[in-house]
Amino acid sequence: MSHILELKKNDTLAVTLDPVSRMDLIKYAGASGDFNPIHTIDEEAKKAGLPGIIAHGMWTMGNLAKLFTPYYEEGFIQDYQIRFSGMVFLHDVVTLQAELKDKAADYMDFDVKAMNQKGREIIKGKVRFATYQ
Amino acid sequence: MYKDLIGKRSERVKSTVERGMVRRFAEAVGDLNPIYIDEEVGRRSRYGRNIAPPTFPRVLSSGVVEGLNLPKKGLIHGEQNYHYKRPLFVGEDIYSYSVIEDYYEKQGSSGLMGFLSTKRYGENDKGEVIFTEESVIIITETVRKAMKV
Repeated sequence: MSHILELKKNDTLAVTLDPVSRMDLIKYAGASGDFNPIHTIDEEAKKAGLPGIIAHGMWTMGNLAKLFTPYYEEGFIQDYQIRFSGMVFLHDVVTLQAELKDKAADYMDFDVKAMNQKGREIIKGKVRFATYQ
Repeated sequence: MYKDLIGKRSERVKSTVERGMVRRFAEAVGDLNPIYIDEEVGRRSRYGRNIAPPTFPRVLSSGVVEGLNLPKKGLIHGEQNYHYKRPLFVGEDIYSYSVIEDYYEKQGSSGLMGFLSTKRYGENDKGEVIFTEESVIIITETVRKAMKV
């Protein structure tokens, strides 16, 4: 779909990412400045009681926003609200999804979420995409 | 106690939405759209310049709230909310400060959980709020006991 304004209620935007690699998380740590070692170093993750390193919640949230990037000429993300509910481990395959719930003259409201390969929810929330007149 | 910090704010700190940082951030979230990185595409866009991804404010510095002592380890990120007046522009200066919005505790399966809500304001050079960024951090009882607060 080339125009977001053509979406109808319950239509979805979705993308499935490549399996999560350590390099993905090292890059995000460097780009964001969040060097909490549970995201990059196995021993530190284990010390924290985790089975292995986990993705930054903000890595997933940052990825999810890209569903809307192609439509920057039609509008922008005015509100982006996320609740973190699950963890992303190395090699997980994450699917990002946005579903149009409401459409008004100057905005579109989406339910957004990310799931892992087992269909378990990782993050969930809402996007209000403000549209230009 | 975190409750005593509600309403406290940090100083206002200036930072720039740097082109190189935007590129690196966009790459790190797998979103190398030309609107973020290609100057010509930016110029021809309705914004007349490049913009930054919506979660980019994580990169911008903000001041420290005096008296806020957070554990280095064991924090859980609960929620994150952004509100934008318009997208951030590459190259613009942003002045940001944080306010402790709320702190409350709830009984959870692993003891008393603390919820600390902080809101960051990002203003342009005219003092207009361009974005707000609200984070809710969960501090478990174990983590709180380890730091004796």
